[in-house]
Parts: sequence; C-alpha cells; structure tokens
Amino acid sequence: MRIGTAPQTYAADHALLDTRTQWAWLAALGLALLAFPFMVDEYWLYLACLVAINVASATGLNILTGYTGLVSLGQAAFMGLGAYTVAALEARFGTPALLNLVAAGVVAMAGGAIVGIPSLRVKGLYLAIATIAASFIAHFVFANWTAVTGGTAGLSVPPARLFGLALDTSFRIYWLIVPLTVLMVAGAANLFRTKIGRAFIAIRDRDISADVLGIPLLRYKLLSFGLSSFYAGVAGGLWAYFFRVVTPESFPLLMSIFFLAAIIVGGMGTILGGILGAVFMTMVPELLKLIVGWLPFDNAAVVLSPVRTMVFGALIVGFLIFEPHGLAEIWRRVRRFFHLYPFRT
Amino acid sequence: MSFDWLFLLEISLAGIGTGGLYALTGLCFVLIYKATRVVNLAIGEMLMIGAYVFFAFAVGMALPTWLAILGALVAGGLLGAVVERTMIRPMLGESPISVFMVTVGLASILVGLVELVWGANPQRLPEFMPQDPVMIGEAFIASKVFYGFVVAALLVAAVLLVFRFWRGGVALRATASDQAAAYSMGINVPRVFSLSWTFAGALAAIAGIVVGAIGGISSTMGVFGLSVLVVVIFGGLDSVLGALIGGLFIGLVEAWAGAYLGGEYELLVTFILLVLILMVRPYGLFGTAEIERL
Repeated sequence: MRIGTAPQTYAADHALLDTRTQWAWLAALGLALLAFPFMVDEYWLYLACLVAINVASATGLNILTGYTGLVSLGQAAFMGLGAYTVAALEARFGTPALLNLVAAGVVAMAGGAIVGIPSLRVKGLYLAIATIAASFIAHFVFANWTAVTGGTAGLSVPPARLFGLALDTSFRIYWLIVPLTVLMVAGAANLFRTKIGRAFIAIRDRDISADVLGIPLLRYKLLSFGLSSFYAGVAGGLWAYFFRVVTPESFPLLMSIFFLAAIIVGGMGTILGGILGAVFMTMVPELLKLIVGWLPFDNAAVVLSPVRTMVFGALIVGFLIFEPHGLAEIWRRVRRFFHLYPFRT
Repeated sequence: MSFDWLFLLEISLAGIGTGGLYALTGLCFVLIYKATRVVNLAIGEMLMIGAYVFFAFAVGMALPTWLAILGALVAGGLLGAVVERTMIRPMLGESPISVFMVTVGLASILVGLVELVWGANPQRLPEFMPQDPVMIGEAFIASKVFYGFVVAALLVAAVLLVFRFWRGGVALRATASDQAAAYSMGINVPRVFSLSWTFAGALAAIAGIVVGAIGGISSTMGVFGLSVLVVVIFGGLDSVLGALIGGLFIGLVEAWAGAYLGGEYELLVTFILLVLILMVRPYGLFGTAEIERL
C-alpha cells in the first residue's frame, strides 16, 4: 500500500515524483544506464542507441499528438531535416557536435512551424493527410536539392567530436545519445507542469473551450508543432551521427507511421507511454528475429521481413482495439494492484 | 519550335486513362466513407490483394481469365467483409483518428501477407486484354490504358446505377445521410456497413487487376492508394461526383507533370495540390462542408 503521499503544498502536489521510493527507483535506473555500456556487447549497445533515438523522437511526437491532439504523420520528415542539417554542417564547416544538434533542432522546428500552419485551418484527419503531403515534399527536396543534400546518393557524416574525442563506436556515441535523450524526456515531463504544457492539454481536450479561456490557439498550436519538430530534429541529428550516412530513403513515410504506432502502443498523452512504446516497437523486430531464428524453417531470413511488417500492423490494430490507452495503462493497472494490495485482491 | 499538340493530346489521354482508375478506386473509398465514416488508408493495399489473388488464380492455378476475375472479386469482397467485422466494427464510436490508424495497421498487415505468400519481387499479370494499339484521331494510346479506362468507366456506371435503383443502394444512401433516421425506418444499418465494405472490397479487387495489368504487381503497389487519397480529398470525401471528377483531374495533372517536368515530379505536384486544397477548401470541391475548423 502506498503511504506518506499526502502533499502539503501546491508544489509538492505537482512534483513529478512524490515518494522516496520513486527517487530510489529512478536512481537505480540512472545507475543501470551508466553501467549498461560496460556490461553488454556491441549489438546491445547498437540497440540501446537506436532505442534512445526513437524514444527522443516518439516523446516529441507525443507532445504534438498525445498532448495537443494534433495528429502528424510527418515526424520522419522532421527527423530528416535534422539529420541533413547535422550532415551538412558537420561535413562542410565541422562545427561542434552539440551546436550542430541544436541547429538540427532549430531547423526542424522552423520546418515544423511551417507544416503546422495548415493546422490552423484543418485538424484531425485532414491535418494527418496534410503532414503526409509535407513529408513527400520534404523527401522530394532531400532527393533533388543536390547542392546541399547530395541528391539520392545522400551525405556521409564524419563522426561527432566531443572534447576532442571522435565518437565513432556505439560505446562512445552512447554517452552522447543517452544523456541527451534523458534530458529531452525530462524536459517533456516538466513541460506539462508549466503554463505551456497545460495550454496544450486544454487545446487537446476541447480547442474551442481553450480559445474561450484565453489560450491563443494560433501561437500554441504552432508552438506544439515547433517543439515536437525540435525533438524530432535533435533525434534526427543523433540518428545522422549514429548511422553516419543520410539518404532521402532514410526517412520514409513508414518511419512516421512507426512513431505514431509507438505512441499508440505505448499510450498517448503520457511521457511513460512514449518511452515504453518506442522501446517496445524497436525491440519487437529484434525479438521476432530471435523467434524466427528458432523456428525450423530453412528460409527463415526470407520470412522475417514480411512477418515483421505483419506484426507491426497487427500491433497497431490490436492495441487500438483491445488496449487503446496502451502499455502505460497496463503499467498503471499493475501499479494500482500493488498500491491496493492487501485490501483489493 | 512549335508546341507539340499531338504529344499533349496523347499525354492527356493517357492521364485520363489512369484517371479512370483513380476515379474507380476513389469510388470504393467514398463508398466506405459515406456509409461508415471511415477514412480507409488501406484502399491501395486492398487493390493489391485483389490483383495478387487474380494472379494466384490465373497463373498459379491456371484458371481461365473470367473465372480468375470472378475469384478475385469474391476474395476482395470477403476481405472487405472480414475487415469490417473484425477491425472496423469494434472501433465504432472511437475517434476517427483511431479508426484511421487501424486502417494504417491493416495496410501493413496486407503488405506483409502479400510478401509472405508471393514474395517481394514484382510479378507480371498474364495478358488478357486486346493487344493492338488504339488510335483516337492521330493520337496513340496504349491498349491497356484504353481498355483499363473502358473497364473503369463501365464499372463506375454500373455502380452508380446500382446505388440509384437497387434497394441495398438506397439503404446505403439513406444510412449515409442519417444513420439514426435510417435505422428507425427499418434499415439494418450494421448490415449496410458490411455491405459497403464488401462492395468496396470487390470493386477494389477489379481496379487492382486493371492497375496490375497495366503496371505489373508488387508489394509496393499500395502507393496507388496515396494518389487516390489526394483524389478523394480533392473531390470531397463524401462525394461520388467529386471522386469521379477528382480522379480524372488528378490523373491528368500527374500525366502532365510526369511528361513536362519529369517522373519524379508526379507525386510532388499531386501533394502540393493536396496541400493547396487543404488550405483553401479542406472539404474538397463537392464535399459537405462539415469539417470543424479552428
């Protein structure tokens, strides 16, 4: 049973974590993240970096779709903007990595604000379709603005340099990707304790009421698009440093669907949901690889890709039908069981 | 250099030919949207399934063409009915976005299914349409495009007649205009939902066979559905007339863009058009202006 959680002040009521136990668990998680790279092999480090990048981007999309209620299928395009910004800056000017990442975020933010403009006039499905259009237009620019993007061949990215050290292995870049992701997730969690985050939620719940309550819809919708794209841009920048090559085909529409699926599966409108969803959706293909590997097929490799595609679709459909609030809701149920343990069995 | 009018004419005719298929597929889309208010992003993939089932019957089992077409028709209808029963019906009353995402998931499942059963490599459908090229005046059209357009036009006409005069068609239109009123007049609304999906699935299968006959079939032919999405947004999601005019128009625009700007501009022009429409007239040319704007 949960005890000692009666908040005495407003600030305490709004704290993200309210018990010592929670802080202890968080510290344990932090330690685990610190110890992780020393304990696993290259493959798991690769997965960890990929998961962290996806968590950052999914959290960004969650700000826009989960909290502000504006559905976007353009997240991959914004990641592409960020990735190309990093690639171009790094290859041409060799500016510091952190500066490039911020620039990637800012460029994507500008792109997001532009794409967000139709959101003033349309919403829901029409907005989702407008963002599909935007991502096709972005793909066209990536493929054809050869002077900057290198055309269909793409750009190769030199490794990020931090304090004079080239981050050219998964082990090294882990120390860039994971802290940034933690920072971004913490930022998003705190955002919803502020005026801006509350405004987003009000817009999601009923935009007309929000307008009546004095929230300027124009500003906050664009801000939400901008913030979400900033996250996507930084995630895309990290992606570029991680894979070290950026092509127009790196950020297909399917990737945008992947992120939307991640926050649906994880649970829209919760920070935990974005994290769980991104981790889950990134790990499922790996899990499938294992399972298909065990099965006694001689053509396992041929079967794997279609099975992945099918499972991906089935997860979206299954979660929407059977567990629309996603993994975060399952997590909440488990917690509630323990909170109420001796009294409700 | 004088402007090559013959070339423009040929390009335009080819565009209208493709446009006919867009119109037919757009019709499937509108059918589903009108009856159930579901935006079906998987329409391109339903097309693909139809084409592959035809392929399986005609090549795999070496059935005569007419029997294979009939088989694809039945399979498409079944697919529509099963999808409606198992995925769309449970989502009744959920937010349109959730249902939309269900169809996105469905698209992914169908693509995976096709790759699992038939492999990821493109295939060619057997030739079943007359081969000799068609001349209209001096302009040349590929025979497949011409007969594809004829098939599409006939089907569209048949569908329009059916929904004008058949009882089921009237029930569907009644459901589209007011579900509660239709229900209280004794129309079995859930069955109308099933009917619309079945009908759209069967139509999509035919459209898929024609599209596949023109361009070959592959697990990525669902991209066709994205152009159809532009078509129905352009014409208005709930307007049959809009789908027909939009289909022809988008077909023309794509053909012109492809011919005069280059192949990579086809989708770009289509999507820029889409953005413009969404900014200016989100409910499309002929759609009902019911969209919430804010």
